[in-house]
Amino acid sequence: MSPVLAGVLQLLALVAALALAYVPLGAYMARVYSSDRHWRVERWIYRGIGADPDTEMRWPAYLRSLLAFSAAGVLFLYLLQRLQGVLPGSPGFDSVNPAQSFNTAVSFVTNTNWQSYYGEQTMGHVVQTAGLAVQNFVSAAVGMAVAIALVRGFARSRTGELGNFWSDLVRGTLRILLPGAAIAAVVLVACGVIQNFSGIHEVGQFFHGHGMGAQQWNGGAVASQEAIKELGTNGGGYFNANSAHPFENPTPFTNLFEIFLILVIPFALTRAFGVMVGSVKQGYAVLATMFTIWLGFTALMMWAEFAHHGPALQAAGGAMEGKEVRFGVGSSSIFAVSTTLTSTGAVDSFHSSFTGLGGGVAMLGMMLGEIAPGGTGSGLYGMLIMAVIAVFIAGLMVGRTPEYLGKKIGTREIKLAACYILITPALVLVLTAASMALPTPPHSMLNSGAHGFSEVLYAFTSAANNNGSAFAGLNANTDWYNTMLGIAMLLGRFLPMVFVLALAGSLAGQRPVPVTAGTLRTEKPLFTGLLVGAILVITGLTYFPALALGPLAEGLAS
Amino acid sequence: MTTRTEPRDRVGAGLFAPGQLLTSLPEALRKLDPRVMVKSPVMFVVWIGSLLTTVFSCAHPGDWFGWTISAWLWLTVVFANLAEAVAEGRGKAQADTLRKAKTDSVARRVDGTVVPGTELRIGDLVVCEAGDVIPGDGDVVEGVASVDESAITGESAPVIRESGGDRSAVTGGTKVLSDRIVIRITAKPGETFIDRMINLVEGAARQKTPNEIALNILLASLTIVFLLACATLPPFAGYAGTHLTMVVLVALLVCLIPTTIGALLSAIGIAGMDRLVQRNVLAMSGRAVEAAGDVSTLLLDKTGTITYGNRRAAAFVPVAGTAEADLADAAQLSSLADETPEGRSVVVLAKERYGLRERQLAGADWIAFTAQTRMSGVDVGGRRVRKGAAGSVIAWVKERGGAVAGDADGIAARISEAGGTPLLVAVEDPDGARVLGVIHLKDVVKDGMRERFGELRRMGIKTVMITGDNPLTAKAIADEGGVDDFLAEATPEDKMALIKREQAGGKLVAMTGDGTNDAPALAQADVGVAMNTGTSAAKEAGNMVDLDSDPTKLIEIVEIGKQLLITRGALTTFSIANDVAKYFAIIPALFAAVYPGLDRLNIMGLSSPDSAILSAVVFNALIIIALVPLSLRGVRYRPVSADRMLRRNLTIYGLGGLIAPFIGIKLIDLLISLIPGL
Repeated sequence: MSPVLAGVLQLLALVAALALAYVPLGAYMARVYSSDRHWRVERWIYRGIGADPDTEMRWPAYLRSLLAFSAAGVLFLYLLQRLQGVLPGSPGFDSVNPAQSFNTAVSFVTNTNWQSYYGEQTMGHVVQTAGLAVQNFVSAAVGMAVAIALVRGFARSRTGELGNFWSDLVRGTLRILLPGAAIAAVVLVACGVIQNFSGIHEVGQFFHGHGMGAQQWNGGAVASQEAIKELGTNGGGYFNANSAHPFENPTPFTNLFEIFLILVIPFALTRAFGVMVGSVKQGYAVLATMFTIWLGFTALMMWAEFAHHGPALQAAGGAMEGKEVRFGVGSSSIFAVSTTLTSTGAVDSFHSSFTGLGGGVAMLGMMLGEIAPGGTGSGLYGMLIMAVIAVFIAGLMVGRTPEYLGKKIGTREIKLAACYILITPALVLVLTAASMALPTPPHSMLNSGAHGFSEVLYAFTSAANNNGSAFAGLNANTDWYNTMLGIAMLLGRFLPMVFVLALAGSLAGQRPVPVTAGTLRTEKPLFTGLLVGAILVITGLTYFPALALGPLAEGLAS
Repeated sequence: MTTRTEPRDRVGAGLFAPGQLLTSLPEALRKLDPRVMVKSPVMFVVWIGSLLTTVFSCAHPGDWFGWTISAWLWLTVVFANLAEAVAEGRGKAQADTLRKAKTDSVARRVDGTVVPGTELRIGDLVVCEAGDVIPGDGDVVEGVASVDESAITGESAPVIRESGGDRSAVTGGTKVLSDRIVIRITAKPGETFIDRMINLVEGAARQKTPNEIALNILLASLTIVFLLACATLPPFAGYAGTHLTMVVLVALLVCLIPTTIGALLSAIGIAGMDRLVQRNVLAMSGRAVEAAGDVSTLLLDKTGTITYGNRRAAAFVPVAGTAEADLADAAQLSSLADETPEGRSVVVLAKERYGLRERQLAGADWIAFTAQTRMSGVDVGGRRVRKGAAGSVIAWVKERGGAVAGDADGIAARISEAGGTPLLVAVEDPDGARVLGVIHLKDVVKDGMRERFGELRRMGIKTVMITGDNPLTAKAIADEGGVDDFLAEATPEDKMALIKREQAGGKLVAMTGDGTNDAPALAQADVGVAMNTGTSAAKEAGNMVDLDSDPTKLIEIVEIGKQLLITRGALTTFSIANDVAKYFAIIPALFAAVYPGLDRLNIMGLSSPDSAILSAVVFNALIIIALVPLSLRGVRYRPVSADRMLRRNLTIYGLGGLIAPFIGIKLIDLLISLIPGL
């Protein structure tokens, strides 16, 4: 079988699996967030944290709870790392330095999972399981909570109430992510991913004479971590090599399964959205937008990576540098696109080794704001914000005050949406420019020329969009990068949430406008096409100059 | 091929003469004042950019490129101001005409004191006689007069104004032609109708509408995004090993920010109001015009809007044993001297359907209609013809010992049931007195109304007919006119309740009204169009006044509102889509020297980097001027469904906006490359 055919067949299998899961999972999630019954274990938790899950919150209260919870998470993770050396349970591991602790704490709480450290060498079992793994669950649940709050804003009318953050958080974790991750972990273990608490094994001498000495293999609760890493679009690997490591991702099947895990919740959330706003067709339209972009990017990536330039690539059947032979070009391309179009950032191949254009596709995927299908929750709310912008422009063209899902997009709504779309470009461009302009930060680059610039651009794009993948080569474990990337992650995660929740509050307060023949039909393919176009043009225009000097300059040179 | 009848254009066509560009130039230059510029954030950025490049060029006087770019950037700003100035200029001409009407008038109070019109207070009673100019807005409290209102309506036929009723309002600046009236002043000097009109057409009182503000916010945020993209470029370029001059950066920025829509936005708004003024409609706020585009329920008065004002003869229905022609003849005979609209319509019908000409009858004795007899007719040459209400005519026939045909009652009842009014026709001649038949009088729906309501339905607008008729009659007219719903035996309270009910469902309601009892409903409606003939209470309550007092115009107002929003959306889309081509011109020009691969992005094959950047800047400036007529005229609007409209506009302004600059920039580049020495 040719590598191209193999890639296409894997793509088809993946799409089929996603299609099968779409309706049941989406409907289930809608039920989870709409039900008024609490599980007994949930009641215990609410009692434990002193929250009343039945109080309806307006957006400021919802936001306050969310920020307080996340701030507590950052602080806890920070202290856990700083005290690792003195706490029991992690023999052989030192405490982590302040800049890196800050970076890592922020990284996991923001669902970014940027890692400026070597997982197996820096973090012991306690930090990995009690700290990082916990955040893998709850940071994803926070994203979903915000998305659901926005959906409620569209679905409800003449109320400012958006639901209860604590209930949304706990339910998202206990009813969706935990069972999902448990099933996924079992599948992964069955397919050969390790799951133990063993220590470090010395496995013979490698690279003798180069100062490397013995190679060490860690054990660890890898499968359980791996399951939520993908399902919660986290991306922080147990091992530094992430999903390229055979203990995390041993076979082509696990590779495909991990891609499935990455995509399944973000896609299915559009179903939950459709159900909750009372029109599954609206859900299909959002799904179609996400799917079109995802498929288009996959095709582009495969084309870039399979395009044969030079004898070495021809012999390998495509750009095989940095890719695992057990996955091949096709499957690696699907993984790379899926991880960058969601806020995952897990990798099964090295993005910096992709062709120039392939690296550009990965970067552009993140620059779109990771909305196709995007992170758990963050993808849906990001896409809905773009829909609001597209509706505003297109709605004017049908001669009415623009409205989406029966809610008018007026001055306040467009102000909030405009603020939302400003944040990540500002963070990415300003911080990248500062890194290029200041004397020291450029020293972190491994490569020179366009590729070196891409390393920095990729790092800030990844951080501000809460992706977490990296163009390997950049040494990001410096005070500048640890701090600036940390700030990018923090602001890139929580500032947009402020605007999303404010928007949700504003929408929920409106009374719905009835649908007439004069209404812009947002469930039609025409609107989907318009939305895809608006997303590509607006993002493309924002980043075109930067992309031209990085991946385009590299990819078009020949 | 299917032949689909395209709805015709109705709204459109504000005049635009290229000469206006020239005459508005001084005003455009005056608007370069930064305090004026700052109101439009996008163009203010261009203004600052022009200043920066000019300063830069002064420091490098030998750099022809810098000077050329600076010149074109200034032109971009001037073109934007020109668009606004032209739009305002058209209103100014109207304002001047209005001012002439506002000559300093003198007011005579009823107590005999004489004061200048500017010192009148609300509640003052003033006297106006033939030849006087009415000194201020007010209501006639005594007398009746004919008034020349041509100063505001442009209509030369005088109108009657009288105390009491719905015809009591007079407007300052209009002229009394006959008789004497006493007026109670209802508006302070400076706040009269004519003052507001002047402010309105001049745009002095123009406030940004909610939608315009929202669009401005979006444009500002796009401007900030592109500002970031350009401001962060020097470090990137520096790393790549090239230096970007200030001129180049500003040129790139100006090309990227949405200057096209930013330049034309305010002109579009002014022109939209102006289109209403050209149709003799005064909107008291831009907000009302925008709301008109959103209207989803139209309340239309039956009389005058859907039907002609009066009942008309629609058919002659003879009783058994009578020829239709005989009935027509008798009916016509009885109506020859009847000057009521109903009477005229009988004569017209007889002529149209039976070819009966009007005739002069010598010695005829005309019997006029009275409330007692409820009949009219004629006695001529031994023939007595009567027409009138069924009961009266039957009584008349019986009185004369005549026979009443058995089916006369039945025919009359049938006509009543169908919503019409039956008029019995009887004759007494040598053959005796007898009923000949029935004239079917009915409300006649205006031509083309059915089609218009169909169009409105396709636009998603529901029409509700308001009438004082009984439900039976109302239903018949509603069915014939093709309205979606009707409100029969409507009282002002019913009207109000209907509006509130629709609004509770999230709908925007538009209506017209003229009477004082319409005022609460006019105020409640999202778009309330008061008739100029109406009372001042109605005019105060509504947010628009129709000087022609034509209730049908409500439909046009809705279309103008929609057209305004469409024009904004279309040009925004066009403006953003334009940027793609500009990148393909400028990015290779900037960086192909350091990364030769990027020259592959130069898909237009532009001749040199300088020429590429200059072409993009020139295109960016010229497109503004090219689109001035469109922004003043408004995008072509047809009443079709939202889907069709979106598809059409997306194709023209989205796809067109993507492609047009590729062609435009290439052409400009070809021209520039012809200049020797480049």
